Amino acid sequence: MSMGLLRLLRGNKASAPVARERLQILLAHERGLRGQPDLLGVLREEILAVVSRHVTLDPTKVIVRLERGDEVSTLEVDIEVPNDFERRKAAVA
Amino acid sequence: MAKVLVVTSGKGGVGKTTTTAALGAALAQRGDKVAVVDFDVGLRNLDLVMGAERRVVFDLINVVQGVAKLPQALIKDKRLENLWLLPASQTRDKDALTEEGVGKVIDDLRSRFDWVICDSPAGIERGASMAMRFADEAVIVTNPEVSSVRDSDRIIGMLDSKTVRAEKGERVEKHILITRYDPSRAARGEMLTIEDILEILATPLLGIIPESQDVLRASNVGTPVTLSNAEGAPARAYIDAARRLCGETVAMQVPTERKGFMDRLLRRRAA
Repeated sequence: MSMGLLRLLRGNKASAPVARERLQILLAHERGLRGQPDLLGVLREEILAVVSRHVTLDPTKVIVRLERGDEVSTLEVDIEVPNDFERRKAAVA
Repeated sequence: MAKVLVVTSGKGGVGKTTTTAALGAALAQRGDKVAVVDFDVGLRNLDLVMGAERRVVFDLINVVQGVAKLPQALIKDKRLENLWLLPASQTRDKDALTEEGVGKVIDDLRSRFDWVICDSPAGIERGASMAMRFADEAVIVTNPEVSSVRDSDRIIGMLDSKTVRAEKGERVEKHILITRYDPSRAARGEMLTIEDILEILATPLLGIIPESQDVLRASNVGTPVTLSNAEGAPARAYIDAARRLCGETVAMQVPTERKGFMDRLLRRRAA
């Protein structure tokens, strides 16, 4: 009781309930991911395979990034395509 | 039947080595034959906390690689008849810990001791996974603080999937040991409560070790805290935890704030 009163007088809230809530949300999320295959790794490999059928790529220049938002998440795929001189010449001819 | 117990946490600096030394000494004092094994290759410290740093000749890696026999590498404690230490290597790389080699050493230790207590390094890499690999039971050392609880959760996931027992469809018996518990901060609502931690981790409690000067003092002089000040609060909490590991039912002591004269005076006025 006196602790609550002191806190009220000082105007600061107990931080432990915040810690508890943040942990519960985070761990529910992390436990869901556990044991699953690496989603980004799989996506990266498959995207690379599809694009490579049509364009010659440097595998190290394929970046797949997942950004988590509150409402939606975005999947960003960044592929650097070399300006292949020979192929462009062939297309023009 | 020998039991292999891993003391683990994920996070560093939470008290794994202190706990290994304290539980090892407490179990040995009960009359069980105990080996404490340091898995922190390259950053060994159990020898220092046990006060045996000047007596290390051979280490775990030497035994794993067959350079030394197990009895040559085991260091007998000077205070307790039943307590032995197998130190980690300070110079070698943790990659020297092969699963086959560690498994053989653990089997050999099982045949000689009642308890084999493996002090895990921090992290989730090879040293940590080898320390837990052959465990029957696990003590997960957790501080009442968000990063420690998160890492404990991760370690619990590994204990349930990456151990030999888990792969055979058996269970590693897990216990949470809360260390560095500060009752005054808990009373002010500044620290995760015991109930919060146990609910989040969904694992039973082995004991609560209060934050105390005794722990630092014990490591300064190289004596397990259960021996250096056996009457102190941390020692009593560790001795109770050891009794629970042996299957005894011991009432849980939640450390409470020790009120000084001024505190009591102020509290009376405030009320």
